[in-house]
Amino acid sequence: MRVALIGQPNCGKSTLFNQVAGYKAETGNFSGTTVAFTESRVRVAGEVIELVDLPGTYTLEGGSPAEEQAARYLDSKDVDVIVNVADSTHLASALELSLELLPLKKPVVLALNMVDEAARLGLRIDGEGLARELSIPVLPLVASKGRGVKQVFLKSLDMGRKKQIATYESSFADARHTLARQLAKQYVTQGERHVTWRDRIDDVLLHPVWGYAILLFVLYLFFQAVYGFGKLTEPPLLAFFDAVTKGVLHPFGTGSLLAEVLLGVMQGIAAGVAIVLPYLLPFLFGLGLLEDVGYLPRVAFLMDTFMHRIGLHGKAIVPFILGYGCNVPAVMSTRTLEEPRDRYLAAALATLVPCAARLAVVFGLVAFYLGPLAALGLYLLNLIVIAVTGRILSKLMPEDTPGLILEMPPYRVPTVKNVLSKSWFRVREFVVEAWPILIVGSAVLSVLNYLDVSYVFNWLVRPITWVMGLPTETGVPLIFGIFRKELSLVMLSQALGTVNFGTALTATQMVVYATFVMFYLPCLATLSALKRELGTRAMLAIGALTVVIALASAILVRGIASIM
Amino acid sequence: MKTLLNVPGGQQARLVSVSDRLLRKLRQYGLHIGDTLRVLRTGPMGGPLLVEVNGRELALGRAVAEHLFVEMECESH
Repeated sequence: MRVALIGQPNCGKSTLFNQVAGYKAETGNFSGTTVAFTESRVRVAGEVIELVDLPGTYTLEGGSPAEEQAARYLDSKDVDVIVNVADSTHLASALELSLELLPLKKPVVLALNMVDEAARLGLRIDGEGLARELSIPVLPLVASKGRGVKQVFLKSLDMGRKKQIATYESSFADARHTLARQLAKQYVTQGERHVTWRDRIDDVLLHPVWGYAILLFVLYLFFQAVYGFGKLTEPPLLAFFDAVTKGVLHPFGTGSLLAEVLLGVMQGIAAGVAIVLPYLLPFLFGLGLLEDVGYLPRVAFLMDTFMHRIGLHGKAIVPFILGYGCNVPAVMSTRTLEEPRDRYLAAALATLVPCAARLAVVFGLVAFYLGPLAALGLYLLNLIVIAVTGRILSKLMPEDTPGLILEMPPYRVPTVKNVLSKSWFRVREFVVEAWPILIVGSAVLSVLNYLDVSYVFNWLVRPITWVMGLPTETGVPLIFGIFRKELSLVMLSQALGTVNFGTALTATQMVVYATFVMFYLPCLATLSALKRELGTRAMLAIGALTVVIALASAILVRGIASIM
Repeated sequence: MKTLLNVPGGQQARLVSVSDRLLRKLRQYGLHIGDTLRVLRTGPMGGPLLVEVNGRELALGRAVAEHLFVEMECESH
């Protein structure tokens, strides 16, 4: 049996999905976190069902890719039961979607999610009355706490077995709107409206002065925490792996091919655990926290004016923020933007955002040897380059966007379980997909070293490294950086033959190298995401663009450094 | 005719007309002709407007707001 979860953005579908399927879908207190649908086999009351989490849609008739995808899925695949998840605090608008689902001639179960929050707002919902009116089962649900989940699925199974089809005539959008409001008026009793703590928080967080001060402070705290955690955990982990590597390699001696390959493998493993995870873990945890609280839409609100300067609007801030974690979800999240031009522009700019892996390069090289201020300078340069690129690109692609339309969700207290499992979900992407490539890449490099053929690669990219004033040996780590960005740091030690970069590179060379790594060609995973979202031509164009930008920035930085 | 931009903070207005193209977008967010909008706050430095519609809060960019034609509504009725 196939059960599809559908609902409006930010209604808690994915939270419900994760409750039964384990953590498989991205959730966040932000409209449109789910951009692709997730499918999972789950067992409910002894029966195996295919559970599908569709992207959030306000209506099936909209024009955005996420909406079309949801509508097409419900239409084409043999969905046995539709579970319509509705945000109880906004029932009038949630019911509009329900009224679109009823005429689909499928069994429908309406799950009123967040009834606890509705109760807090003084809303009383007459579920039984609504069930009679629509002739479908209506059940209360608090997905975040797992309350009512079992009942919803037992009912769905029951409906699916009986093939109890909802009967309701389809109508036009305006008629649905009026009817949904009537229904809400009839079955929801609204308590007294008063200034809530949410308004008070927004008074501060959206304040023309305090809002930005707090935004800067939050970002500062965030990066300090990431840096602090990394600095605390990196050295002991590195020392540990050093000792382990020595122990493992001891019986094999040195100089043999086997020993070299083993060394490469061990270095790959160590790089993943000791260099990448110390920064990636706290970053993802912090991002998950900010997302679930509901701070990101506030950032979009505050940044709308700035984003207009680079030809986009506030909503496009999400790919940028996600980009600091990993460019892949950043590129995917551009799908929530309505206009193709906005998606293209946002994706191109988001790939210039230094992801956590590039953060590792900047911190491991520049912050470690030249101090955190130098790293901060590079991040500032990054922002300027993105702004300039955005301005130029938006001049080439004239604006056709109506502007920002974004829902501001209420603040929610994040649950530790949800944030932890979300972080784990994202870390797993690195562990499963990137780490093996890292290990293999490291081993391949060892073989190249052993065979002494890395000079071929080095000479291939010599024109680029020469222009930037970098040693010839930096060619190989730069090429391997296309597989995974952190390889540009890890393999640098192999290529230069030392872990103390201070002895092999000048300060200028370190900054220039980090600058180039920050901008040039996104990693393979990001390139393939670009291809999926925008097509091959766009991927190639964006790739070429990043190389040009990287070279220009690196040469600029070299020039500035030589004057200083 | 007044646009949403002319509505002072804290006041309510009814949406009377808007281009078809924009209306299609707004519908995706549950906003229709005849709905009552209350301007909650204005974003700094030419930032977006925060409005309440049908119990939901929406941020609308200025370029969007100036295309929403509205009629003022009195608080007391």
